[in-house]
Amino acid sequence: MAWKIGKGGRCRGRRNKHLPPREKAIQLALAAATWTSVIALAAVIGELIMGALPAFSSIDIIAFFTGTVWNPAHPLYPLYGVLPLFVGTMMVSFGAALIAIPIGLGCSIWLAEVASPRVKAIFKPAIEVLAGIPSVIFGFFALVVLSEWIAGVFDPVTKLNALNGAIMLAVMMVPIMVTLAEDAMNAVPLSLREASLALGATRWETVRHVVVPASLSGVVAAIVLAFGRAVGETMTVLMATGNATLLHFDFLRSVQTMTAAIAIDFGEVEFGSEHYHVLFLVGLVLFTITFAINLLADWVTRRFKEDY
Amino acid sequence: MLGRKAKEAVAFTLFRGCALLVVLALAVILGYILTGGLERMSVEFLTGMPRRANTQGGILPAIVGTFYLMLIVLAISVPIGVMAAIYLVEYEQSSWMGRVFRLAVYNLAGVPSIVYGLLGLGIFVAYLGFGFSLLSAGLTLSIMTLPLMISSAREAIAAVPGAVREASYALGATKWQTIRHHVLPYALPGIFTGIILSVSRAAGETAPLMLTGVAMSLQRLPDNLFDSFMALPYHVFYMATQSSDLQATRPIQYATALVLLLLVLGMNLFAIVLRKRYRDKYRW
Repeated sequence: MAWKIGKGGRCRGRRNKHLPPREKAIQLALAAATWTSVIALAAVIGELIMGALPAFSSIDIIAFFTGTVWNPAHPLYPLYGVLPLFVGTMMVSFGAALIAIPIGLGCSIWLAEVASPRVKAIFKPAIEVLAGIPSVIFGFFALVVLSEWIAGVFDPVTKLNALNGAIMLAVMMVPIMVTLAEDAMNAVPLSLREASLALGATRWETVRHVVVPASLSGVVAAIVLAFGRAVGETMTVLMATGNATLLHFDFLRSVQTMTAAIAIDFGEVEFGSEHYHVLFLVGLVLFTITFAINLLADWVTRRFKEDY
Repeated sequence: MLGRKAKEAVAFTLFRGCALLVVLALAVILGYILTGGLERMSVEFLTGMPRRANTQGGILPAIVGTFYLMLIVLAISVPIGVMAAIYLVEYEQSSWMGRVFRLAVYNLAGVPSIVYGLLGLGIFVAYLGFGFSLLSAGLTLSIMTLPLMISSAREAIAAVPGAVREASYALGATKWQTIRHHVLPYALPGIFTGIILSVSRAAGETAPLMLTGVAMSLQRLPDNLFDSFMALPYHVFYMATQSSDLQATRPIQYATALVLLLLVLGMNLFAIVLRKRYRDKYRW
């Protein structure tokens, strides 16, 4: 994720002051386009806050963060406890990470250190194809095929459950992880490996004691980023986990994630109602979590980066 | 105890197993969608209007809706993304502003798609009054794909060596002439790859559409930007979870999923091949 500013602009000096008008206009237009990214991010944050603001006065915020019941559709006494949704999100995301991390790491090491160039030429596009599959396809597969397999093996309480979502999310996390982690391992200079091999270490010992420690920041960042994507994923969990909003920690029962709650509830919510603003508040919480995860990944990359 | 060589063999076999497992997962998913989808696939299915609450007929409005969304993304996200990428590589001088832009693009890329849906609902649907329409959804998807567009174009432009620019400057070309005639032509294949990947990402996205007005069933095609529309990914979701008879419409669900998969993967494969040919052509 290193972003080298001005890599291609080695020969630009400070000569904008005497630019002809045409050049100046072009530069202004380009700068304006660049500002769209900052404006877009500000708009996301601003819109979430504006949308959630009325909820702060109409519902009890402490009850929102500590409440264990999410039942916003109740006509008289709607309950907006976000905990069941939060726990649902964390169950499927951590479950997915638990499956995806060993497999993704194994894949990355194999790809970076073991595989021959010919096998690599087939395997890398395969990973890209997997990363390109739309999430609704994964969701559909989980709903129709994977849930039947799980029902056959585990005898779950509900056919659509957290385990179903976690396995499917793991399949989506692996390509993100592998692409980034393999890059990090490839960035470790060959001379380090050669030194290790010259001292008599086997290739596996070299991987374990040289390559992995040297690329650790990149590998950890890859895991954190993939986890962030899992937390924000909507369609897969929406279709796979059954969307029951009870608070529990059983992987064989149905859960609802924060993303799924937003996607489903907006289908029936009245515009500008209390429920509507609470959903923006859920969105704000979700955004804050993924934002923090992204910053963490960025920090890990910068703070622990080894430069060779 | 295992010997050191044996340990290596065990570890590397495990890693190969991991890789095989991933390929297997890909093959199983593609295989199921392909075999399930071919059953219902026909010309009539691709070119017909849905009938009897989507349980019969075709999915033409969904295909056309997704196609229109891709066009809107192409018209908005691509020019802005490429311009921003040019600015970031060629013009941006202050390291402080560069860091702000870098962080903005990086964080935008990590915003969950459903949050973009909330943005579209609040700003395009409600505040700007575009309503639940093709335009609202298209604009939302455009913002969503912008970071991907910027970072891929930026990478392609930054890969053009400085010597090309220096040679152009030495001959007296201005900055924009250098960019226009010497940097962009070399970066174009890479930018094009990024464009295809971004548009295919937009085509497969579902969650933002659910908040910006995708329709469950339409008997006609959208005829202006403020019209309601159907989209392939939402159609897969809707038919698989909410249609009147889930078991009976399963072949339709599979076939719609297959159409979406072929569209998105076809574009991705094209982009991968394009990038490979371009990399083989220019080695700086």
